[in-house]
Amino acid sequence: MRWALGLALAGALLAAPLVAGRYELSVLILVFQFVLMGQAWNLMMGYAGQLSLGHALYVGLGAYVPALLWLHFGVSPLLGVFAGMAAAMLAGAAIGWLGLRFGIEGVYFALLTIAFAEITRVAFDHLPVTGGAGGLFLPVTPEGRAAWWMLDGGPVFFYYVTLALAAGATGVVAWLARSRMGFLWRAVRDDPVAAEALGVNLFRARMQAILVSSAMASVAGVVVAFYYRNLFPSQVFDMSRSIELILAPIIGGLGTVLGPVVGAALLTPAGEALAALVHRAGLDAPGVKAVAYGLLLIAVIWVRPSGIWPWLARRLGVS
Amino acid sequence: MIMAELLLGVVVQGVMTGLVYGLMALGLSVIFGVIRVVNFAHGEFAVLAMYAAWLAHTQWQLDPILAALPIAAGCFAIGYGLQRGLVSPFVGRAEHEQFILLAGVAMVLLNLLLMGFGPDARPVNLPYALDSYAIGPVILDKARLIVAAVALVMTGAVIGFFRFTRTGTAIRACADNLLGAAVVGLDVKRLYALTFGIGLACVGAAGAMLVTISDASPVLAHGFTLQGFIIVIIGGLGSLGGALLGGVLIGVCEALAGFLWQPSMKSLFSFLLLVAVLALRPQGLLGKRA
Repeated sequence: MRWALGLALAGALLAAPLVAGRYELSVLILVFQFVLMGQAWNLMMGYAGQLSLGHALYVGLGAYVPALLWLHFGVSPLLGVFAGMAAAMLAGAAIGWLGLRFGIEGVYFALLTIAFAEITRVAFDHLPVTGGAGGLFLPVTPEGRAAWWMLDGGPVFFYYVTLALAAGATGVVAWLARSRMGFLWRAVRDDPVAAEALGVNLFRARMQAILVSSAMASVAGVVVAFYYRNLFPSQVFDMSRSIELILAPIIGGLGTVLGPVVGAALLTPAGEALAALVHRAGLDAPGVKAVAYGLLLIAVIWVRPSGIWPWLARRLGVS
Repeated sequence: MIMAELLLGVVVQGVMTGLVYGLMALGLSVIFGVIRVVNFAHGEFAVLAMYAAWLAHTQWQLDPILAALPIAAGCFAIGYGLQRGLVSPFVGRAEHEQFILLAGVAMVLLNLLLMGFGPDARPVNLPYALDSYAIGPVILDKARLIVAAVALVMTGAVIGFFRFTRTGTAIRACADNLLGAAVVGLDVKRLYALTFGIGLACVGAAGAMLVTISDASPVLAHGFTLQGFIIVIIGGLGSLGGALLGGVLIGVCEALAGFLWQPSMKSLFSFLLLVAVLALRPQGLLGKRA
């Protein structure tokens, strides 16, 4: 039964571009991006218990580094993604080292992550090589000459790219959750003192979580750069980006494999539906949609504080 | 010589702005220090107060510095109600749950302001905006000087309330030992609601007075929240005087950065200062070692 459901869902997702229009595809691409970023954040917060409110930093580095390599040296983003990953992991290591070395935890650690993202934003605003505040633009290849290895293509192409990445990230999280490392992370999350007493190296476990999480988040950056093809530090590194990407895993269910998927699949279309509803009601003032979205967040966290997926899984009997 | 005088002027300017920042951060420090809830809607409430002051000025020609008191009272009522109605069940829960709740509140509030007042900055033009006093080589803006003095008095009043009144002592007891406070019969829920109210009253007063320095605009909110946190952590959590010291430090730091480099880079220096404090003295400058 579960396999049949899973197969049907996979088939529907693979066939979706046959029936979906441009708009539906763009919404689905957004959902997959949020799944990918949510899974990355979920590893660090949900499994290792470290609150990061600066994940836009890793996504942003993962966007800027491959974009710059491609613009200046013609390096394929398929290789550039690894450079972006290295940059994000380096930033993650710096934050992690500072936080772990000086015992900065909880809200303080979250603030440290915000600080690094903000410092990078201001720095990128003033660096000439990144295009500064004026932004970085990736020229579009004329229709028909688009090359997949340069990550150049239409919505259908990016639909499959982001679908593969989201599925891959979910698979990696499912695998990590059952690995020795995943168990060590959860031990450190639930009771660091007991874990350390049993010989778990806290520094190592937490650092591993930060590195894997930052690397995974940076992959989402490549899509941001090569799908939208323009980058502004004030948008890419903004705190609202960091907040946006943690909503799906929290609403879906923190520390569960499918939580970020459920969260993204509900929140993104809900946001779009709200926008459409507001438009139809003739209330096109800026902000109406965000007010409704904020109320939705308050309602969900009020009713289901541990997320929708754990509750849904119990209801469906698949937990 | 002229450079030194200019620098002195910039530093004094920074101190005066910093006193208002300090009052704003005091609100955050009080809420976090007592209730252990991170008020992520802090900056949004500051912007709300700015719009209230702007409205009072354009509708009734009320001076923002006079309007600060009723606006603070209004914010107190909102804070009391918010803690009672919405935040109370989340006390003691996981940080990310509190975060989503208050991020939701922030989103609703900010966008209501956006709907009500539009995205454009709303300036308050005071008749004495250009008046200034010269003390030796240093020139003091009249508006900034009054605002700084009022902020200092208000900060002193809040610190005095917590130190010397019965209610203030009771609230400190809740912060020190929640179980003990409940055991001796303190009404923790009411005290928490009072605390949230006082916290928002500080933001309300500071926000109302800030319109004399900066135009009211929704884009300011995120920056205010972050700045509040930086100030609280630099000064030391749980130390009310620390919020004041942190505010002045950030005010001076920003003024100097804006003068010596570019105004757009001033937040960079606040964040670098934060990272330095977190690394070298995580309990903050005036905080007690845990």
